[in-house]
Amino acid sequence: MSCGLYSMSDKEFDKTLDLTKVKPYGDTMNDGKVQLSFTLPVPASAEATEAAKQLLKSMGFENPLVVYFRELTPGYTFFNCYGSTVHTVDFTSIYVPKVESTVMDMDQTDNFIRENIGRKLVVVGASTGTDAHTVGIDAIMNMKGYAGHFGLERYDMFEAYNLGSQVPNEDFLAKAIELNADALLVSQTVTQKDVHIKNMTELVELMEAEGLRDKMILVCGGPRISHELAKELGYDAGFGMNSYADDVASFIVHEFVKRMSVK
Amino acid sequence: MQSKLGLDFKKVDYARSLAKNIADDVQAFVESYTTVAVERTLCRLLGIDGVDENQVPLPNVVVDELKGKGVLNQGVLFYIGNAMVQTGLSPQQIAEGVSSGTIDLVRIEVVDKKKIDEILRPVINGSIDRIRARRERRNHYLNTIGEGPKPYIYVIVATGNIYEDVVQAEAAARQGADIIAVIRTTGQSLLDYVPYGATTEGFGGTYATQENFRIMREALDKVGEELGRYIRLCNYCSGLCMPEIAIMGAFEGLDVMLNDALYGILFRDINMQRTFVDQFFSRVINGFAGVIINTGEDNYLTTSDAVEAAHTVLVSDLINEQLALLAGLPEEQMGLGHAFEMDPELENGFLYELAQAQMTREIFPKAPLKYMPPTKFMTGNIFKGHIQDALFNMIGIWTNQGIQLLGMPTEAVHTPFMSDRYLAIENAKYIFGNMKDIGDEVQFKEGGIIRNRAAKVLDDAVELLEKIVAEGLFNALEKGIFGDVKRPKNGGKGLDGVCQKGENYMNPFVTLMKGVK
Repeated sequence: MSCGLYSMSDKEFDKTLDLTKVKPYGDTMNDGKVQLSFTLPVPASAEATEAAKQLLKSMGFENPLVVYFRELTPGYTFFNCYGSTVHTVDFTSIYVPKVESTVMDMDQTDNFIRENIGRKLVVVGASTGTDAHTVGIDAIMNMKGYAGHFGLERYDMFEAYNLGSQVPNEDFLAKAIELNADALLVSQTVTQKDVHIKNMTELVELMEAEGLRDKMILVCGGPRISHELAKELGYDAGFGMNSYADDVASFIVHEFVKRMSVK
Repeated sequence: MQSKLGLDFKKVDYARSLAKNIADDVQAFVESYTTVAVERTLCRLLGIDGVDENQVPLPNVVVDELKGKGVLNQGVLFYIGNAMVQTGLSPQQIAEGVSSGTIDLVRIEVVDKKKIDEILRPVINGSIDRIRARRERRNHYLNTIGEGPKPYIYVIVATGNIYEDVVQAEAAARQGADIIAVIRTTGQSLLDYVPYGATTEGFGGTYATQENFRIMREALDKVGEELGRYIRLCNYCSGLCMPEIAIMGAFEGLDVMLNDALYGILFRDINMQRTFVDQFFSRVINGFAGVIINTGEDNYLTTSDAVEAAHTVLVSDLINEQLALLAGLPEEQMGLGHAFEMDPELENGFLYELAQAQMTREIFPKAPLKYMPPTKFMTGNIFKGHIQDALFNMIGIWTNQGIQLLGMPTEAVHTPFMSDRYLAIENAKYIFGNMKDIGDEVQFKEGGIIRNRAAKVLDDAVELLEKIVAEGLFNALEKGIFGDVKRPKNGGKGLDGVCQKGENYMNPFVTLMKGVK
């Protein structure tokens, strides 16, 4: 065994954090450590492990390590791997469009509406198209909310209508008109084959055709939704993972007030 | 059985009698109605299959024809049987004639009812024999190659392509899965027809078609023989085509079917009148075909709080049990649903989950209960998710559940990869083996958290059942008793496909199949 193992003197630790060249952190600055797992459609063998290592190298990992493998079914082998990436990112040049609004809690939002708008805002939400998942829209709208954040139904100053799941865009819009909605919330969970993009685009087109696009605040959300994607599709805001009713409510009220002052 | 929870079984009996009241009330409605889906099922039972040049299934062509002429209330058996007597053609040939416009069922002169009965009898018996042969085929497998121990390990495949699903299903079976569920494409529950043929495109799942059933059944038989363990196949007998999917499953040897009108009403906004009528016939078929039904109570806990609404799950299980019994479905085929869905931050949450699962086990001792994994509080943190699933698996083995629907660490991220399924099965098998007899070894202390919790849930359930008895189930659903979801009796999808049975109406299959072993 190498006697160097017990010697601390020769080791040089790189402690420099250079934000223009950021690398993953394992336990030492700039060690570039990444853990990943994948399956290769080949039988478990020495060749398969070597294939996994070569793949890691071509992904930009130095010292690729296959720490575990297992043939899942004949011809498919699963790998757990580690490696040190050679790549870096320039953190200082990153720009991500975000929903720009101060996040307020429920009471603050209610007060903000009372003081600045003076009437209840009508919000209509649904999981639209063929999407059967209500988890997202429920987390934002249901009285109980999610993870300690009350949903819009509990707000005094929102009149919240949760239409549930699989609501066709036409029905959604018809209901919004009937209820005289101020804001629409669209939840999309299923994103396989970009079905959500088609569906969300269709709603914008419908609203534009009806001349309603400027009359209602249009917000979308879901685990694969980003604000950037939302803007691209013609929505006013998009909320991804770790967003709660507070975030959505704050955006709606600020946007509403902003529009009032423009008019 | 000695209750580990000190449950008051007099109270359980009382709860059951209330549920029976509620179910009888629904059944009184169901008996005098039929639906487009029931009639299409009867078409299929007569051997009508295939599609026209626009891909419209022939059962739809026939049923829509009668509905369009305002005579669906007399039923397809009457008209097809009559046409058979008068034309000498087979049901399939008649359906093709209706499709091409050469046969007008309504304009054919009506013969004596006895002649209709007579000509239909061999066709009807042929279908009954076909289903019985399928059931016997399953029993033969179970008696020869056998099956895995309970809880059965249940995993889903959902690639959208039936041929890719086969690859995933074979892998899962080899890893230890006992039941393969082919998730349906999103939106299929709202189609008022069943697509035809093998399919390779779907969103978040694969179309349920009879050909897809056949392809997967054949693959699972093969892998089952290889492994020396029968692999069950599960699909979804819910939505607007409940009995139709049931009959396709009965013909192709499916073993497990999601089959729950309450789920459709609450979470798919399907009209309650429509779906209770559909459910009855689908459960008659499932009962006769030896299919285990699964109910969807777990979903209530995704929209309501799992602690506060725990009793609604029990209430719904009790009602579903009674509705199933009325359709002749034996307890051994009732995969009543419940779930592990409490907030992981809740102190002693595991004890409440344990109480709920043990209580459900004791109240339905013969049922192969379907235990659902955490979904609501799965976050994308796959590492924590794997532990949440481990806790869920502990309760599964501890309380002797029938069907353990495995959670995936990647729940809330994507439909499972082959490797996700492997990790989930490894997790379950480790825990099921390592904790195998814990249920026999550990007792729950009197006056402790677990016993008190079970008693409270039962009390709350009785109270809610009393309310529903007073109101009737239809009214109670309008008020949002389950999952905080309110559904009007005349709202939702599919109501226009319901009609009251007319004087010539016949459906001898109910008598031939209901409660028949």
